[in-house]
Amino acid sequence: MEQGQISLTIDGKECVAKEGQSIVQAARENGLFIPTLCDFRSLSPAGTCRVCTVKVGGRFVPGCTSPAVNGMVVENETAELTDLRRALVEMLIVEGNHMCPSCEKSGNCELQELAHHYRIVVPRYPFLFPVQKVEARMAHLFIEHKRCIQCLRCVRGVRAKDGHEIFGFMRRGSDVRITVDVTDPEAVSEATAKKAMEICPVGALIQKRVGFRVPIGQRRFDRKHEKDGKQL
Amino acid sequence: MRKITIEPITRVEGHGKVTIKLDDNNQVVQSRLHIVEFRGFERFVQGRPFWEAPVLVQRLCGICPVSHQLCASKAMDVIVGTSSGELTATADKMRRLMHYGQFFQSHVLHFFHLASPDLLFGVNSDPLKRNIIGVIGAFPEIAKKAVLMRKFGQVVIHLTAGKKIHGTGAIPGGVNKRLTPEERDQLLVGTPEFNVDLMVDWIQEGLELFKGYHKKNHEFIDGFAAFSSNYLSLVRKDGALDLYHGVLRAVDSDGAKIFDQVDYQNYSDYITEEVRSWTYMKFPHIISLGSEKGWYRVGPLARLNTCDFIPTPLAQKEFEQYKAYTQGKPNGMSMHMHWARLIEALHAIEMIRELLKDPDIIHGELVKTGERSGEGVGVLEAPRGTLFHHYRVDQNDQITLCNLIVSTTSNNEAMNRGVTWVAQKVINGHKEIPEGMLNQVEVAIRAYDPCLSCATHAVGQMPLELVLQDLDGNQLDRRIKNVGDFDGAGT
Ligand code: SF4
Ligand code: SF4
Ligand code: FES
Repeated sequence: MEQGQISLTIDGKECVAKEGQSIVQAARENGLFIPTLCDFRSLSPAGTCRVCTVKVGGRFVPGCTSPAVNGMVVENETAELTDLRRALVEMLIVEGNHMCPSCEKSGNCELQELAHHYRIVVPRYPFLFPVQKVEARMAHLFIEHKRCIQCLRCVRGVRAKDGHEIFGFMRRGSDVRITVDVTDPEAVSEATAKKAMEICPVGALIQKRVGFRVPIGQRRFDRKHEKDGKQL
Repeated sequence: MRKITIEPITRVEGHGKVTIKLDDNNQVVQSRLHIVEFRGFERFVQGRPFWEAPVLVQRLCGICPVSHQLCASKAMDVIVGTSSGELTATADKMRRLMHYGQFFQSHVLHFFHLASPDLLFGVNSDPLKRNIIGVIGAFPEIAKKAVLMRKFGQVVIHLTAGKKIHGTGAIPGGVNKRLTPEERDQLLVGTPEFNVDLMVDWIQEGLELFKGYHKKNHEFIDGFAAFSSNYLSLVRKDGALDLYHGVLRAVDSDGAKIFDQVDYQNYSDYITEEVRSWTYMKFPHIISLGSEKGWYRVGPLARLNTCDFIPTPLAQKEFEQYKAYTQGKPNGMSMHMHWARLIEALHAIEMIRELLKDPDIIHGELVKTGERSGEGVGVLEAPRGTLFHHYRVDQNDQITLCNLIVSTTSNNEAMNRGVTWVAQKVINGHKEIPEGMLNQVEVAIRAYDPCLSCATHAVGQMPLELVLQDLDGNQLDRRIKNVGDFDGAGT
């Protein structure tokens, strides 16, 4: 093994990873899938969604915030974990108000994709039907709170040109509500709105007036499914 | 006074009910069709971002989502500062392609699944055989063609909207895709069993089937639920039949123009809706004629009464025959709706063929916008008739007002007249519900292909309940027709 490398097993498969990588990163690098929602590329992990939960030494740990350690034995795709992850996705669905057929994030949405992955047709929990107002006052950004999964990717990842933070949050737990200063019309430029939409895993942050411009068949997960289909 | 109640029970679109009042001599004094529409929709759209409307409103109806999507998009064209007549050539043609695909599949469905069993077996034949399943058994060739024609329309929709139902093709100011040459060739070249030329041939066979039946059954086709009325539709500026875009024209029962060349942005200067106490459904009428005389019909019959010609050669030839039958005068015979529908289906497939050969569906700009506006109206001809979508949008891009006039609403009065026609013919002088009554009411309503029958399209039969009551509301007689069985002879 090279300097700075470690080895671990995930579901019995020998994996080599770089020191300091999270379990999620280690899995990815070795071609294994651990679902994630709040984890986003270069952003520091927040560990808010827990769909990346794995089992190490008989304990549940979030794969995105737990570092991979030499000799570690990780359980990933077990029946127990699959059910747990499915339950978490179902909770996120019932806590919000997700009408995929008319949602412009459909086909580009990570939550929808996970629901698809776990073949969720009817969630086991009752729908909560939260009543949440939309935030429509900004020139370029539309916030659909009822679709927000409180992943805080926007808080961590979207900054204004001068570097100051744009998104914040109030309240705690599943009541977390994303906030943004709408009194400053310059705060969210068109480019920032575009970035925010890209960073948001769901249809909560919407760049105005571009909805449905990408045809069905060419959206992010349509393309992925097409590729998967071809591989099969 | 007695009251007869006929109740068509539907699963999705709404709930309909027919009540017929008899006086003490068993004479029909009044008949009414009650349709409970899902009017909550107009509220539901409020507050939503305007670009979502085309996708949202297509959920309004399970059978013509494409019409709603396109009509909302036409209204939103105005909101984003253009107009449906000014879109890029690619956008205009892709939308038309989608629209004609929808027309073709919808008209084929209505004719072959709902009407053809009566025509192929005769209206007095064994009721168990007289349905689409019977057609498949006895006339497998025709049934196969009907299925493939419908599929052809659906493939057109799929390729233009991205999905067979509830696609996203049309967006404010244009469309989100073109066809690839491969996609086009699926339709234009296709296979020996599935291509646009075959469809043109097959729909003409359908027309011959109808005309053959008509020859032998003049009395029924010409007489059943025939009455005169005013007619309304869009026409192209030069008077041609145009199902997608144009100006509003209304003619009276003699064919004289009530109005013409009306920009549909101003539709509310010409048409208004009246609310009546006994139904949620509104009664639209032409303002200048008043609420009593101003009712009008929309749909295939109306369109062939308002337009001057059809701009595709095969359909134009059929149109000339059709017009000659009434010496060029407006045609008020409800059963001729089937004839008109088939001519339109022929026009639609001719248009599809033309568009598939047009390079603009392969290349060109998709979207055009201009200066934002706060209010927009979209109007088009849906398979069942003129469809109006009217929106107001505030400076935050949220919809503040939505008003829809769907074709079934416009045909409300006409369907009531149809039911009255049957009631007077069949019930007058009877104490009991006569044999065949249910079927006749169904045929009279179904000629308009109203949305309340959508849910039962698959089997082609409308479940009906008919209750005869005395003055005190006691039940004297009751007949029920569920999906799957037929109520005796009738029509
Ligand atoms: S955010 Fe995702 S899951 Fe929610 S409605 Fe939109 S597409 Fe569906
Ligand atoms: S708005 Fe989007 S990115 Fe921000 S917390 Fe909600 S879901 Fe996450
Ligand atoms: S991805 Fe690990 S907690 Fe969300």
